[in-house]
Formats: sequence, structure tokens, C-alpha cells
Amino acid sequence: MSRITREEVARIASLARLSLDDDESQRTTTQIGAILDYVAQLAEVDTTGIEPTAHAVPLRTPLRADRAQPAMPPELAVANAPQREGTAFVVPLVLDGEES
Amino acid sequence: MRGEALSPLDGIPIAIKDNLVQVGEATTCASRILEGFVSPYDATVVERLQAAGAVIVGRTNLDEFAMGSSTENSAFGASRNPWDVARTPGGSSGGSAAAVAAGIVPLAFGSDTGGSIRQPAACTGIVGMKPTYGRVSRWGLVAFASSLDQIGPFTRTAADCAVALRAIAGHDPRDSTSIPEAVPDYAAALTGDVSGVVLGMPREYFETKGADPAVLDCVHSAVSNLEKAGAKVREVSLPHTKYGIAAYYLIAPAEASSNLARYDGVRYGHRAASPRDLADLYHRTRSEGFGPEVKRRILLGTYVLSAGYYDAHYRKAQQVRTLLRRDFEEAFRGCDAIVTPTAPEVAFRIGEKADDPLSMYLSDVYTVTANLAGIPGISVPCGFVRGLPVGLQILGPLLGEATVLRVADAWQRRSDFHLQRPPEIA
Amino acid sequence: MSASPPVHAKYEVVIGLEVHVHLATDSKLFSPAPVRYGDAPNHDVHPICLALPGVLPVLNARAVEFAVRAGMATHCTVHPRSVFARKNYFYPDLPKGYQISQYEEPICTAGWLEIEADGGARRIGITRIHMEEDAGKSIHDDAVTHGEGTHVDLNRAGVPLLEIVSEPDLRSPAEAAAYLRTLRCVLRYIEVSEADMEKGQFRCDANVSLRLHGEAALGTRNEIKNLNSFRFVEQAIETEIVRQARILDEGGTVQQATRLFEPATGRTKVMRTKENADDYRYFPDPDLVPLVIDPAEIERIRIALPELPDRKRVRFEAEYGLPAYDARLLTADRALADFFEDAARANGTPKSVANWILRDVMQHLKERDTDVSSTRLAPEALAALVRLVDEGKVTAKSARELVPELIEKGGDPAALVRERGLEAVSDGGALEAAAAEVLAANPGAAGRFRAGEDKILNFLMGQVMKKTGGKASPAAVRDILARRLRE
Repeated sequence: MSRITREEVARIASLARLSLDDDESQRTTTQIGAILDYVAQLAEVDTTGIEPTAHAVPLRTPLRADRAQPAMPPELAVANAPQREGTAFVVPLVLDGEES
Repeated sequence: MRGEALSPLDGIPIAIKDNLVQVGEATTCASRILEGFVSPYDATVVERLQAAGAVIVGRTNLDEFAMGSSTENSAFGASRNPWDVARTPGGSSGGSAAAVAAGIVPLAFGSDTGGSIRQPAACTGIVGMKPTYGRVSRWGLVAFASSLDQIGPFTRTAADCAVALRAIAGHDPRDSTSIPEAVPDYAAALTGDVSGVVLGMPREYFETKGADPAVLDCVHSAVSNLEKAGAKVREVSLPHTKYGIAAYYLIAPAEASSNLARYDGVRYGHRAASPRDLADLYHRTRSEGFGPEVKRRILLGTYVLSAGYYDAHYRKAQQVRTLLRRDFEEAFRGCDAIVTPTAPEVAFRIGEKADDPLSMYLSDVYTVTANLAGIPGISVPCGFVRGLPVGLQILGPLLGEATVLRVADAWQRRSDFHLQRPPEIA
Repeated sequence: MSASPPVHAKYEVVIGLEVHVHLATDSKLFSPAPVRYGDAPNHDVHPICLALPGVLPVLNARAVEFAVRAGMATHCTVHPRSVFARKNYFYPDLPKGYQISQYEEPICTAGWLEIEADGGARRIGITRIHMEEDAGKSIHDDAVTHGEGTHVDLNRAGVPLLEIVSEPDLRSPAEAAAYLRTLRCVLRYIEVSEADMEKGQFRCDANVSLRLHGEAALGTRNEIKNLNSFRFVEQAIETEIVRQARILDEGGTVQQATRLFEPATGRTKVMRTKENADDYRYFPDPDLVPLVIDPAEIERIRIALPELPDRKRVRFEAEYGLPAYDARLLTADRALADFFEDAARANGTPKSVANWILRDVMQHLKERDTDVSSTRLAPEALAALVRLVDEGKVTAKSARELVPELIEKGGDPAALVRERGLEAVSDGGALEAAAAEVLAANPGAAGRFRAGEDKILNFLMGQVMKKTGGKASPAAVRDILARRLRE
């Protein structure tokens, strides 16, 4: 049995905001299934009481003094925007609280 | 103007991987999703290189968002290996590696998340180094997997690598993971003398299934040569090595799935035409913009982090990461540097692994552990198999770049593999 | 505006609040961009706020100090180690596609805040306080967008926030409002936020559920978002209580949901249900390492913490002999409390000063919708004015007339009294004459006074005051009248 179903692939694709056609969805399910089969070997490692490593190098978070720097020129801030009006980015109409 | 050089890099033409931002230049990450994006700011390495007088003459091809081991996954097409144009130059920094191997520039920069500098360096017969995590600022490096990414140089020699690394290394207050330690003069460490240096040979790396015996022979012969030069060779054990790829392919895609959420067609880059609504804008923009390998990793990473799977996958992988890190700590108690092959085989043919992501992932088997453990590693040429270059990987403890470079340099003083040129170029 | 008594007789209302507070820093939480309000779109941004490829976060030191202060002021445990995580979701005003927030290891946990409720003082538990960044703003207003999509402004993106989560300890909309007022007061005291609701610096989400009295398990909750004024909080919770009670009364079950309050109608609408709840895929942010604060630094912040309102109130009662009610009013605002103390010290009679502040000064401040520190009234001036009254040199009536002027223009009360000729008349001759006239005009008064009707004296005093234009010293008038009535 595969470790992941097409329905689960569809759910994560939606979480990741990706659309998959039938073909892609089939292929992705098989490929991710194979990868999950491979990584399943981690289960054989006894990790009881082992702290997870988020970073290999032990560092403390550095703090920045609270001094504001000048903002970017607003024209530069929106220069790469696919759609803008004035200095605002524009997207299709979203209703307050609406999920995308 | 007194005609004095700003630095050893003054006036040197260099190339940088197209995932390092540069003011006024398009940064594509070899992805359609960044179509049209021009950076308004410089990466720290770009600032430092320009301040040193280096001249950036080109931006090099990569696997899209640095995800791959072949530089085939590019919106601009595959890069080729100067030693055999039917083969890949390795990846993901294949463009930078090929540019140095082909003699286009003497120095190029790439990024290494799971081997993306060392593996292409091995595949193209040059030197490539991944420094200690945090040694080089990531500010301005487009993130793939933030806890693993590190920038490093491609050169012909370890001596040039030492100079190039010194130019880009050092603390940067804009990167919270940057190490606040002074940068030593790496070039000064290159004495050519390895007498008394203890080299560890991890038995697990030489017992890996699927490794080309001819590649292992090259590595063995290089190690013997160093032993003759006075190095002590000792077997060490890194018992969790076989879990490296599995841990890496859970952690890296998880971080990537989050890092790549910003490509949404709102502020920059590609946006799908005439979106019906916001959901349509997101889905079509991202589906059109990302290539198959990037989508696959985003999906895998999203799955790994999603409710119900986090502990079994992401957390477990991070615990295994702790064990891998401890393996190295333990090993470095008994040796100064660890020597291994860089890749299990020589450069493969373009298209050979395109439909089998897992077999592609396995080509990172010797390199991902250094990223997971944060330690520095270098690949230096150590022979040829069927006319294709083989790389020797030298790993050091955290901030052990000087030792790694010293061993690499000593080896190059005793070998001439790095002096050979690809036949089609020569 | 209260749910019909049967609702409360039958059900226990359970409310927990999540408050988001903007911290009063100069720059953003992870970016050096300035924090400003009211600028044109994208005028206060930096590549970090835009989530450009390759940018990285660096934590603002002052935001950390403010979070520690807030934790201490709410009796929380401040953790020397906390971790920033990524909360992943897509929204146009969330530029990175994730919000950096604290999740499994927040900076402060397990505190409490004491509120004044119907039944007296109550301790409300605080589950946690964590640091996070604000999102930008999506502007849907047609007047701005001309019907052309939604505009995205990232000026607010990255502004430092504290999320303060209460335990489900609140039992009525009024208690919820009292908790919010107390919390706001404390945050302003420790100067971590202006907590101006109109500027969106103090926002609230409410979790509301009902259960039958005596039931141990909590009912199914609904979360109401977007409560941006104290009035909306009470109104929205009240509406929600009625809605849930109706469902339960009819034998139905409440569905867990997130609801959005719409100020225009006073109603809530469903944003999402439990079935389609987001999967935020939290994980530790690999661009940041754990936040570690030295115990010495925590101690330094503790020592520098100002006296908090509850402690100040108790001290005011003890030190100045004030009634609890007066002490609470005077300590509700730190500037007002400081003003009182300065004035009381200069005057020497704290009770008189307190009365004058609570009765006269406060009234004018309310009318002007301002606080005492933004007026020209100096504590020394109020002290001097009160002394003039207490010494009988000016009548309370005259003094009261001077208060608005002192608030608006400032000045020396003694000089003003002289300039205006407001000195109290205590000159014996003039007062004797006035008293004699009043008694002559009210011949029966003396008899009624002697018959034990003491109140008549007040009436007669009023008549004498009238004759002297309100400037007579009441004490002197009383003395004269009493003597003459007994003669």
C-alpha cells in the first residue's frame, strides 16, 4: 500500500496553493510515496530523549538596537509589482476574512 | 590612484550563481516564478566581493531554487559538463562549476544546501568549498533550506579557495545565524605540510551501496599519498550516515515549502494572466511558475509539516540530525579532518535520472551530512574514471576551514589532476 | 444591554480573550523599517517587509524588553529561552506566506491580572504572552480602490505585537470589558504600548462558550474576531451568548467556528468552521535561533519596572488615607497618579487634593477628551489653589471657576485670584452688616434655629453668600450667623 493517497496529495497541494492535473497528481503520488517509503527507515533509529537539532551551530539570537532606518523609496518598493496602483499592490478583490 | 590593488581579488572576473541578489540585476533562481524580478539590494557576498575589487561578469545557471544535483531543472535549460557535454556538471551550482572548469572565469560562487558546491566541483574536476554554517552571511542568498544553505567558492586550487573564502567570510549583523568570530588568514595555513595531521576515514562512507569502486579507488590512492606525506590515517565511524539522505529529504523540503510561499504573484515575479479571484491567482501563478522538482519538494515539505505528520517526520528527522552531529563530534575527537569520496559516481548523463527523483537524491549521500552537521567541507580533484573527474571530500570540525584547506592544498601540491583541462576546451 | 436573566440563570458563560498589542518601538520586529501610522501605502517598508528573495530577520532588542516587562506586569513566568516559529498561511497582506510568531515556547506563561468585577476583585489567569509580527493591511474600500480589486499596503507588516491570551476565566461581557480595561491600563503604565484602539494598537478576539451551571466540561466555543473597541467587545459577546443559548435551548449543538464581528450591523458571520480550519504547519524558524535572555538582564528589567496600578492603589489607600474607590480612579492612569502625588506633596492635604482632582479636574479632562499630562495645569498650581480654599482665602465656588483656565492656560492661582478680585470676603465689618440685613429680612429664622432646626443656618448662609457675590468665606459667615442667632 502506498504511504500517501491521491486525496492526501490533493489536500497538501491545496495547502501549498498548487494545482495538479490528473497526470501530475498520479505521478506525484507515486514519487512522494517512494520518497516516504525511503525515509520510513528513520523509524528504526531510537531517538528516545534526543533533542531535535534546528541548527547545527549553537548560537544565541542576536538583537538589533531599536533604531529605525529610512524606509525604501516607495516607488522602488512597488517597482517589481505585477499590478499596482499608486504605491499600493493590487490583487483581485478579497473580502475581509475571506480565505483564499 | 596609486595603482595599488584593493585586495588579491582586485580586477578578477568572477561569476555568481543566479540565486545571489545584486542591485539592478535580474535574479531568476532559474525559475519562471521570478520572471522580471530585479533586486533593489545587494547580497552581503556581492557587497564584499565588489568592495574587494572583483568584477562580476556573469550570473550562472542552477537547478531551480538550487533544488537538484544536475543543473537540469532550470527554466533556461540544462547546463553541460565541459568534460563531456552529454553529461551534467552536477548541481545545483552546475553553472558556476562549469564556468570555472571551462576556464571562463577563475573564480565563481555557488550555494551548498546538500552538496550543491562540492558535488558539481567533483563532477567538473575543480575545487569547491562549503564553509561552516554561519561562516558566510546568507543575506541576499535566495533561501532554499535556511538551516542548511551556505555560500562558497569554486576555484582551481585550494590556495585560490582560501583567498576567495576570506573575502566573503565574516560576521554580518543582517544574518541572525552568522557566526560572530574573526576570520583567520586561511592562506597562511597552507604550509604544504601535513605531517602529524590525523585523517579519519569513515568506514560507512566506503561501504555505501551503489558507489562506483573506481571512484573509491581514486580516493584511497589520494589518502595513501597523503599518508606518505606524513599524515596519520585512522578509521573512524559515523554510524548514522545511512540516515543522512532520509533526514535531509525531510528537513530541506520542509524548510523550502515555507521559504517558497512568498512567491505568490503579489509583489514581484510571475503572475498568472487574468486571475478570476485570489485563489485562482495563487494556484495558477505558482503552478505556472515552479518546475516539477520544486513543486515536488514543496508538496513533500508541506506534507512533512502538516498536522499529524510533523512528529513522525520533521521532528524525527531533526532528532536524527542531532545523532549525525554527535557522530561528527565524536569522530573529530580522534582526527583533524575526515576524508571521503565527494560523490558515489562520476557525472551522469543528462536525462539519466530525470524521472527518478530518489536516485537523484542518492547522489548527495556523501555531502548532505556536512550540511546537517553544519561542518565545513571541500571537494578537490583526485583522479579520473573513464575520462571523467573524481572528487575527494575533506571535512573539518565547526570553523575548521583552515585545516580542511591545508590538507586540500597539500594534496594538490602532490597531484596534478587539477591541472588537466577538459579535452573539448583544450 | 444584557442577556435576559434566564440565560444567565441557566447557563454559565465562559469567555477567554486574545489581545494583540502593538509595541511602541521605533522600528519593526525583524526589520529596521520605521513604525509609523497614517502614511501612504508602502511608504514605511524595507526589503524585509516586502519579503524580497534573500532577506533575513533580525530581532528588535526593545521589543524583547517590552515583552519581558509585560510578562512581569501580569505576574507571568518570564522564560530565559523562547523560540520563534513560522505560522504558514497564504494571504495577500502576509508577504512571506508565513508569520513569525512564538508557538511551543513563548516568552511568558502562567500569569494573572486582578480585575474589579460585580462580586469584588477577581483574578483572571493569563495563559501566555508571545511575540509576533503584524500583517499588512488589505484595503477593500471602494473609495480607495475604485472597485478595482483589493489594495495591499505593507506599512504595518512586521510591526511588533504581543499576543496576550487569557484563561477562559471571564464570566460575563462586563468582566471581559473590565479585563481589557485593566490590561490596557497596565500596558500603558509600563510604557510598552500606547494601546490606542482607534489606531489598531489594541485588538481583541474573544472565545465564547456556554455550559449548564455546575457542568465541568467546557461547551463548544466560537471565536469572534475583529473586536476593536470596548463597546464592540461587550456587544459581540452578548450577541454570541444569546445566539448560543437559543441553539442550546432548542436542543441543538453549537458548531465550533471562527466568526467575524461586523460593527455596522452588530452581528457576527462565520469566517470558517472547524472542518476547514487551517493547517498552519508551525515549525521553528530556521532563520532565527532560540531567544536567550540573561537572568541578569531579566533582573535589570524587573528593577526598572515602574510601580503597577494595583500596588499603587493599595499604597494610595494606606499612605494618603484615600477611600478604595478614589484610589482606584486616581491610579487608573499613570500620568494622573503622578499628578496627584506631586500635587499632594506640594499641598500637604492629600484628601483635599484628591477631591479636587476627582470632582473638578477630571470633569474638565473628560469634556476636553484629554489626559492631565497634556494640559497646562501644573500639580503645584492645583496644590496652591486647594491651599487657598482650605485657608479660606478663596471660596470653593471661586476656585472652581479658575480650574478650566488653569487647565488651558496654566498660571499661578494666587495671582489669578488677585487679578480677578476673587479674594474671599472675611472682613468682619462687611460680613456683619450683610448678616444683620439677612437676619432682619428673615425674622422667624432665629426662633426656628433656637427650636433646634439647625438646617436653617444653611439657608441663611446662602443668603449672606449671595449678598457678597459668593466671595464670602463660608467659615466666617457661619461664625457670625451662629453668634448672632444665639444672642
